[in-house]
Amino acid sequence: MTPLAGYLLVAALLFSIGLAGALTRRNAILVLIGIELMLNAANLNLIAFWRYGPHPEALTGMMFAIFSIAVAAAEAAVGLGLVIQIHRHAKTTDLDQMNRMKG
Amino acid sequence: MQDQAQLAAALTGAAIGETLILVPMVPMLAAGAIAVMKRERRKTAATLAIGSLSFSFLYSLIAFVLAVGHPGTSIATYSKWFEVGRTTIDLGWILDPLSAVMMLMVSFVGLLIFIYSIGYMKHDENYTRFFCFLSLFAGAMLGVVISNSLLLLFMCWEIVGLTSYLLIGFWYKKPAAAAAAKKAFLTTRVGDVFLLLGIVWLFAQTGTLVLYKGGGGAIEPTALAGLLSQHAGLGLSVASAIGLLIFAGAAGKSGQFPLHVWLPDAMEGPTPVSALIHAATMVAAGVYLVARVYPLMAAGALAGGTTTALTVITWVGAFTAVFAALIAVAQNDIKRILAYSTVSQLGYMMAGLGLGGVAVGMFHLITHAFFKALLFMGAGSVIHGCHDEQDIRRMGGLWSKMRWTFATYAIGMLALCGFPLFFSGFWSKDGILEAAQHWNVAKTPFYMLVFGALLTAFYMTRQVSYVFFGKWRGDQSAHESPKVMTVPLAILAFFAVALGAIGTPAWPWFHAFLDGRTTTFDPHGFAEPGLFALMGLSTLVVFAGLGLGWKLYGNHSPSPEQPDRLEQFAPRVWGWLRDRLYVDEIYAATVIAFYGWWARVSDWLDRRVWGGVVAGVAGFFGLWAQLNRFLDTNVVDGSFDKGCEELNVGGGLLARVQTGRVQTYLRILALSVVALAVLLIWSSRA
Repeated sequence: MTPLAGYLLVAALLFSIGLAGALTRRNAILVLIGIELMLNAANLNLIAFWRYGPHPEALTGMMFAIFSIAVAAAEAAVGLGLVIQIHRHAKTTDLDQMNRMKG
Repeated sequence: MQDQAQLAAALTGAAIGETLILVPMVPMLAAGAIAVMKRERRKTAATLAIGSLSFSFLYSLIAFVLAVGHPGTSIATYSKWFEVGRTTIDLGWILDPLSAVMMLMVSFVGLLIFIYSIGYMKHDENYTRFFCFLSLFAGAMLGVVISNSLLLLFMCWEIVGLTSYLLIGFWYKKPAAAAAAKKAFLTTRVGDVFLLLGIVWLFAQTGTLVLYKGGGGAIEPTALAGLLSQHAGLGLSVASAIGLLIFAGAAGKSGQFPLHVWLPDAMEGPTPVSALIHAATMVAAGVYLVARVYPLMAAGALAGGTTTALTVITWVGAFTAVFAALIAVAQNDIKRILAYSTVSQLGYMMAGLGLGGVAVGMFHLITHAFFKALLFMGAGSVIHGCHDEQDIRRMGGLWSKMRWTFATYAIGMLALCGFPLFFSGFWSKDGILEAAQHWNVAKTPFYMLVFGALLTAFYMTRQVSYVFFGKWRGDQSAHESPKVMTVPLAILAFFAVALGAIGTPAWPWFHAFLDGRTTTFDPHGFAEPGLFALMGLSTLVVFAGLGLGWKLYGNHSPSPEQPDRLEQFAPRVWGWLRDRLYVDEIYAATVIAFYGWWARVSDWLDRRVWGGVVAGVAGFFGLWAQLNRFLDTNVVDGSFDKGCEELNVGGGLLARVQTGRVQTYLRILALSVVALAVLLIWSSRA
């Protein structure tokens, strides 16, 4: 097993755990945490492909990862802000009760 | 040194000539400014009007002095106004002796009348409007005078027509004034149509409407030779035919028979208007127009001969002179007598143009402008003093109550009658009579004009006797008018006498000036054969008229209830004359009756024929609309509704997917990603 395959395997594992968390949890904050895990799995992939790719000396993969982390931080801030507002409004963070956008 | 002075004078002359447009422009701009003013700003309006005309007067004076200083020269300018294809339309103005004299006269008499209006219109609430119209009128009239292009002349001519309508109908709440304004407008319009035809024809023939264009103008020898060589039918050359059309326009404005009917009615306007329009300016515009295009009128005349156009002008003028004088004898309205007198004198001017050329006619125009403005304003003063009474039978003995008015009126009246030697009217009328005597076509105009002179002296004596002598026959007592009205009278009276000095046979300065010659004082001018006999004859005629008038009316004019002295002699003839020889009635029975009939025919056609067609078209479209509505409700609307329903159902189906639960969406997302990944791997395997 090449080192790349090992990293990809860890990243896939991390992604699956995150997805499982995001799909099964009722609490909105836990869902957000699941999504963060999935994002980090993607970041891990970016770094791994860069490190073992044909041009490890160009810092492209690192740049991708840093941008991705910055976007994820912004997304987490917006997501948490939404959750807090919803909590103030509806006194709950249970996603099953938040179905007012039903068509 | 002298060269320099001459150069400077020439340069000034050129500058004045180039900027001559300011003369009409400034009063017109003043009119525009007054038009947007509030009605209460009476003083500003009057100041602006009088100030602008003073400017025009001073400018005209400078131009006149320049023209006198350079005899025989003229400055004609023209520039492109617009261009259509290869045809250019030019506008331009001209400074020559003719326009200089006329400009000076119009602006000077106009100025005096403006000043007089301050007093006369004092109590009118529409004082501001009055001065606006007066200014516009003066500007347009000056525009007619300086035009070097028939197009510019025609435009100003029409503004003159418009403002005369506005001024005659100034007291529009009086039905008679409104009717008179309409009549004046429509009657002059008849002439204007012919004038426009003449102008268009001239343009078609010569390709330009500029009169003097350095050899290429419409009435310069080159163009005239072309016009003479073509025939318009009826034995007329094109030049004569165009000349006659232009004369028809002039006849409309100048009140020549048979288009004179508007002028007496126009007396419904305020008196300053009568003085301005019907003495000095508008009616003179026609005479001036004929003088302006005189080369066209006289084209083709052999030495000492005459042309068709000039012959027609002479006959119309002479006939009008006698015809109107006859009617004036039997009128009782002080202004109406003067109006018919004006028509008659305009006949003299036209005859003078036809018989003796520009100078003869124009000299009478200038002298007449002064003494007739004087008479009208004197009449205005009388009317003002007699509390708006216009019937001479209700006046009398005013000489002691209105001394200034009487003295100046008497001077004007004597000038109009042609009282020998000391009055301008004598010399100008004598010039016309002399020309008539030497006319080699017929002698009849001469006799007609002499008879007209007799009538003139007679009817003026009759009027003066009625108004100023005998017993007072009115109700309220009369009073003299204010200074602002009498001073202009005195100034005009001075000119009514003094102007004669520039046109005597001994020193025919005026004639020489217009013809571009210089002249010196020479008493031998009187030695021309037959001149003394003619002067004797005209003196005799004037005294006969004055004597007859005084004998019949003198100090014993009849009161309103009694018949007129002449009525006792010949009641029937008197009736004809009093009813103005039935010209209005003839028009009512012919032209107006025809139009009435035509209007009824048109009305019937409108109602029955065209109305039916319109109703048919309307019905067809009504049916068409019904059909459209059926199609709309049943076909178009139906399909549309069906489409909407389908959309609704589809939307309902899709809406079910939208559960509002975030995790459901996420689940679908994850499954899709898995499906895509499987698909990707599968396809890379294959």
